[in-house]
Amino acid sequence: MKKRVKINDVSKPTAQLTCVDPSDQPPFPAPMDESYTAPEWKPLSEKAKDQYEINLDGTLVLSLPKPKNKEEEDELVRQFLSGLEKLFTKENNWTFLQPMVLSMENCARCQTCSDSCHIYEMSGKNDIYRPTYRAEILRRLYFKYLKPGGKFFGKWRHGDIDLNWQTVSRLAELAYRCNLCRRCASTCPIGVDNGLITHDLRKLFSQEMGIHPTELHDNGAVLQMKVGSSTGMNPLVVKDNIEFIDEDTTDKTGIKTETPWDVEGADVLLLHNAGEILSWPENHGAFATLFNAAGISWTLSSESQEALGYDNINYGLFYDDFMLAKVAIKHAKAAAKLGVKKIVLGECGHAHKALTVIADRVLTGDLNIPRESAITLMENIVSSGKIEFDPSRNDFPVTLHDPCNMVRLMGIVEPQRKILRKLCPQFREMTPHGVNNYCCGGGSGFALMSGHNFEDWRMQVASRKKLDQILNAFKDEMDSSIHKYICAPCSNCKGSMRDIIHYYDLWNKYGIGYGGIVELIVNAMVDVKPGYIEWEMY
Amino acid sequence: MSSTVLLHLVTYAAIIAFLLAVVIRFIRINSMPMHLRWELYPVAHEPGAKARYGGSHLEEIDWWTKPKESSRINEMRYMIPEMLFLVALFEHNRKLWLRSFPFHFGLYLLSGTIGFIFFGAILELAGIPVTNGENASIIGMGVFYLTQIIGVIGMTLAAFGSIGLLHIRLTDPDLSDYTSANAIFNLVFFIVVLMIAWITFILIDPTYQLTRAYIQSLVTFNFAAPVESALLGIEILLSVLLIAYIPMTHMSHFFLKWFTYHKIRWDDEGYTPGSKLEKKIFQQVQYPVTWSAPHLKADGKKNWLDIATEEIDEK
Repeated sequence: MKKRVKINDVSKPTAQLTCVDPSDQPPFPAPMDESYTAPEWKPLSEKAKDQYEINLDGTLVLSLPKPKNKEEEDELVRQFLSGLEKLFTKENNWTFLQPMVLSMENCARCQTCSDSCHIYEMSGKNDIYRPTYRAEILRRLYFKYLKPGGKFFGKWRHGDIDLNWQTVSRLAELAYRCNLCRRCASTCPIGVDNGLITHDLRKLFSQEMGIHPTELHDNGAVLQMKVGSSTGMNPLVVKDNIEFIDEDTTDKTGIKTETPWDVEGADVLLLHNAGEILSWPENHGAFATLFNAAGISWTLSSESQEALGYDNINYGLFYDDFMLAKVAIKHAKAAAKLGVKKIVLGECGHAHKALTVIADRVLTGDLNIPRESAITLMENIVSSGKIEFDPSRNDFPVTLHDPCNMVRLMGIVEPQRKILRKLCPQFREMTPHGVNNYCCGGGSGFALMSGHNFEDWRMQVASRKKLDQILNAFKDEMDSSIHKYICAPCSNCKGSMRDIIHYYDLWNKYGIGYGGIVELIVNAMVDVKPGYIEWEMY
Repeated sequence: MSSTVLLHLVTYAAIIAFLLAVVIRFIRINSMPMHLRWELYPVAHEPGAKARYGGSHLEEIDWWTKPKESSRINEMRYMIPEMLFLVALFEHNRKLWLRSFPFHFGLYLLSGTIGFIFFGAILELAGIPVTNGENASIIGMGVFYLTQIIGVIGMTLAAFGSIGLLHIRLTDPDLSDYTSANAIFNLVFFIVVLMIAWITFILIDPTYQLTRAYIQSLVTFNFAAPVESALLGIEILLSVLLIAYIPMTHMSHFFLKWFTYHKIRWDDEGYTPGSKLEKKIFQQVQYPVTWSAPHLKADGKKNWLDIATEEIDEK
């Protein structure tokens, strides 16, 4: 019988609270039969075991150093409590105070959200991965330490909880066992948002204690603020790379491809996730081909200091309001500087949401330049009749992954489907899809995180539901000679697809590849040489 | 002071406590700062099919150049079934819905019963007897039967639902760790009140005539009017205490749900120059910030905007 993990267990001084037990997990979907065994988790290094707090589930994102003594533990607990207080003051957290208080005080603890969570389901229903587990711990701390009479009546009214270093360190890691996809929130009958609680828990750790994943902060937002991009590309390097992509695209398409830089007064500032430029150069090549063919007045921006013009990522969305605001303001400044009519966000879900929706109310005055999804603009181009397409060039099985940030959290659902229905004769939906989709497992920055053995957790737990969906979408064409395409119009999701395909060897076994949506559009353009999508890349 | 007078005073106090608790919690939440957008689709007021499949105005090319449409009908189409039948719970947690729906719907009917008893009391004060006797008026007879019918159905459903909820809270391992002593107390409170209501109805007041008389005495401030039965007195006392208690607990979701839906999940109001929203945001970015993390360098003097626009100088 499966061992239950109770909420109070979080503060107990056990070496490790729980682990993912493969025997509890759902079987892999067909055709990965019962004989298939997932790779063993990479063992943690002795150094990691010595230095870092590994007391939750056998993996780690944060690499929290072990406190040296009790005084240090107590100080960290004090800092946590101080952060908890600030999280519920209007001065420090006006950005999300109202939704947080409502979610803290109105949960009926009905567990409806648990069954909607892919991580909970695919972990074999391990209690710590319930959307309510970490939220309930925070809730009990909130009622105990912040509400009048909490120390006397908190246990009776809301349940018991102890606050110690075990609680704090496990909460910190637990904040990074959630994709922030908010599928749980969309099923809550009361409208409580346990995803938001996780989001704000991350903020507490970052904004008060300076605890955040290196991938998101130091190598992410900070690097972007310093050189212009989290990829480390400065303006010279990015221009050089784009020049190379233009040349390559010209060869591939047979159409002279040129990317305009820093064009003042252009209609469109195209803001890519710069990861595309390094990892999926065909994505930018396709954008350039399509926009030029459609006669769009567009430009890229090489701003990298006062403004950020060539990398749309905004990892602050996942862990820190101030980092979010800093980057969003600089994105808007890049557009303001060029005087463009609108910013068009390339295929990157979190960048869509960060700049279009979340930052909307703080981008005031001249900085409130209209933001639009590239998907919307591309659908407009495809349906305008300006460009001739040959859908038979895309006559292979295609399924669509819905990036949570773009779909459930922004309501951009139909334009991508209109494109695929028109250009991909063998398009089929995943089940479920649209606003009911499942996260790829890379959401909230996980696609960037593979330290220690976190990749094993990510692939075998967080991304497993997506694996299930992918295999089901193609279940009638599993022969590896039939090339199949997962359309994932989001850089983080594409990174996740790449990892799933590699980890489970889906290309070699079943002929499953992946890419964005603009590549499918250009692949079907009559004026382009056939074969823009190069299956050999896998 | 006689027990009758005391019961009247407790009833008034409970009604005032209920209203105060609702108003105070409403004002507390409503006066919180304007938050950042955090909507979740489907947004019910989106027009046409968008409300169904979860689309938004952001699907439109140059969306900011077009008037933003909003459909009150679509919103009602979502809200009314959700309020009455708990559709989200039906879709996502059928096991709990089988207990929660009768509980909630039963309470709605009991609220309606109180409304009819109150209406009946007013009718009788106006000289229109509420009865099924020979000289009954149509309205008097209608109120008489409606009160009884919805009262009996309401008590039955609410009792069945509350017992079912208590049972599942105590026996389902997925729920028990998340069920506090207070949550058990709340359900037991409901069950006790509903059981006494049933017994009172069967043994003492099958036509609600005595309850109507008590309401009349409340309306006319006739504190001396006797409550004819001790059991009825206990039932009234427990009921009004329960009513006062509800908005002080997480059960306040009966009205705070309005915020979670309208002010968060469906709040897609965008920035507009010169708007009230802009004024609020301008005020809020001036708040002094005290977060302690080194990368923010908040000292309690710098405000939110200062920090949001400062360069990073981490190594």
